[in-house]
Amino acid sequence: MAFLELDRLTKRFGMITAVDTLSFSVDRGSFVSLLGPSGCGKTTTLQMIAGFEDVTSGRIMLNGRNLSAVPARERGLGIVFQTYALFLHMTVAENVAFGLEMRKIDKPERARRVKAALELVHLSHLADRYPRAMSGGQRQRVALARALVIEPELLLLDEPLSNLDAKLREEMQLELRRIQREAGVTTLLVTHDQSEAMALSDRVVVMEKGRLQQEADPFEVYDRPKTSFVSGFLGKSNSLRAEMGRDGRLRCAERVLTGPAAGLMPGAVEIALRPERIEVVDAASGIVSGCVTEKVFLGNQWLLRVATPLGDMIVLRRNAGRNEAGIGDTVGLTWNPEHLRILPAEGAA
Amino acid sequence: MSIASTDTPREVAPPVPREPLLCAPALALFLVMLLTPLIMTLVLSFNSFDFYEGIGSTFSLANYTEVLGDRYFYEIFGRTFAIALATTAICAIIGAPASYFLNRMDPFWRSIMVLIVLGPLLISVVVRTLGWAILLGNRGVINTALMNIGLIERPLKMMYTSGGIVLALVHVMIPFMVLAVWAALQRQDPATEAAAESLGAGPFTVFRRIVLPQAMPGVLSGSLIVFALSASAFATPAILGGRRVKVVATSVHDEFMNTLNWPLGAAMAMILVAAILITMIAWSRLVEDRVGRAYA
Ligand SMILES: Nc1ncnc2c1ncn2[C@@H]1O[C@H](COP(=O)(O)OP(=O)(O)O)[C@@H](O)[C@H]1O
Ligand SMILES: [Mg+2]
Repeated sequence: MAFLELDRLTKRFGMITAVDTLSFSVDRGSFVSLLGPSGCGKTTTLQMIAGFEDVTSGRIMLNGRNLSAVPARERGLGIVFQTYALFLHMTVAENVAFGLEMRKIDKPERARRVKAALELVHLSHLADRYPRAMSGGQRQRVALARALVIEPELLLLDEPLSNLDAKLREEMQLELRRIQREAGVTTLLVTHDQSEAMALSDRVVVMEKGRLQQEADPFEVYDRPKTSFVSGFLGKSNSLRAEMGRDGRLRCAERVLTGPAAGLMPGAVEIALRPERIEVVDAASGIVSGCVTEKVFLGNQWLLRVATPLGDMIVLRRNAGRNEAGIGDTVGLTWNPEHLRILPAEGAA
Repeated sequence: MSIASTDTPREVAPPVPREPLLCAPALALFLVMLLTPLIMTLVLSFNSFDFYEGIGSTFSLANYTEVLGDRYFYEIFGRTFAIALATTAICAIIGAPASYFLNRMDPFWRSIMVLIVLGPLLISVVVRTLGWAILLGNRGVINTALMNIGLIERPLKMMYTSGGIVLALVHVMIPFMVLAVWAALQRQDPATEAAAESLGAGPFTVFRRIVLPQAMPGVLSGSLIVFALSASAFATPAILGGRRVKVVATSVHDEFMNTLNWPLGAAMAMILVAAILITMIAWSRLVEDRVGRAYA
């Protein structure tokens, strides 16, 4: 039995269906990311779990109890809001103590737990500061400490890192993972940032337009996407329109391609191929050949765009200390057929 | 010989700051329109007055000692401040919750409510106050109604009382309070209320511990405006207070227009200005001490 279980959860705002029969589960102690583009219903899902939004239909089970009749303030969940929502008129220590005060925990015990929570997020030295006088990263930690000090059954994080600059965000990712492990709290993180979701979580739940797309561990969603949306949303991917013949052969732009057995019905399909799985060889020995139309230096990698008979393809080459083919050169591209992913064509699913 | 030097950019003179220049017209207007009469009133307050000779251009503190030494004036100053304080307190008590509900309304109802709240400002002060006179008089609407339904036998005295003045002042001052508090509430992150709720706070606790403290800067700045405007209000106390319930502004008017003792009136006016200024400064100091740390 999963610790948190969403069962065909649906939320409609008038005509808009923000969350559409969404089901997934979270194991006790694990770190799960809810990943999807902006507007896909992530926040709405989180708000329903937190109890700030009514559920249109479906149910939410936490540790065996149905949450639908429980008001937000009795759910006992730790929530970190996107804006942090710190109480600006209270010091850091007062912010963290608020939840304990509401639980009528006596003063010495309160002080002890506030101290422990601030130690966990490395903020003990700033206990008497006001939030206005703190940096974004520090406020983030206060928000975390405030949510964790009540020892919640479940920690909910809504895009907690999106207000930080790139470098700080990377640091905080590591911090967040450390804090979550130390506190041992079951965590559900909402994010639109695929690299964040993959770096942080044990499992990733990808959603689009309110619907579940795939639920798996980070490696699997990246490597074995179930839909063309997932393949395109997580990292870069070449997506080629193709046709699965009745004979089981894959045809793309009049060519027959070898690929893994897909077990799909004959008809339109989509081939997804990661740009880093493509090798650049001489024009004659590739599976296809084409002309380099664009070349971008990314530091650790080169990005090439090659116009092939199959369509435009992007190729990522590790920077091995030498230059790559230039714009206008004709190159051959090859790949291990096992790396092709055959997906249902978009819109046909 | 190098000719490269012709290519090097010439030293660019730092641009003349234009802001002070742009402020100049407004500043000039401010000096002419506000400071000049104020300084002339100050000078006038040191002059002497004789019933037969008129204003003498001597310099003495006689007018100030006269005002500050007379119990009659103490009563007037005391009443003025009591009225201003009561108006401020009532505006805060009504205005803060009103702004809270205003802030939570859906936009359509909110715009209608804002119009209603701002309504008193759209009507001339004289018309508005005469309206109150019609309501509050001994044979006014309220008294007639109460007597007709038999709740009272003799009319309640509401005209020519401080209470009547406070009532009418609250009516016109409330928009200033509501707007100030509303501005403070809009600056606050609505998620803080949800955060408090998720930590176990009930609706009343959320209002008292989270919303109210964050609205406090607005309440305090609104109070400053309401207090200063009420303490120096003229038309409302003149119409509703008449000759019996005098405040400083109406007394100054009497000195100027009836007794023709301009220097004494000027001294009273200056004392009022000073008293309001001191109160406001003390008030904002207090505010800074209380809430300034968090909002610095
Ligand atoms: N209170 C609301 N009223 C109407 N529509 C809403 C409301 N909240 C969210 N929506 C709609 O629901 C969809 C999902 O929103 P949201 O959950 O905030 O997405 P995300 O957090 O993934 O960016 C959006 O199309 C949004 O416009
Ligand atoms: Mg969101």
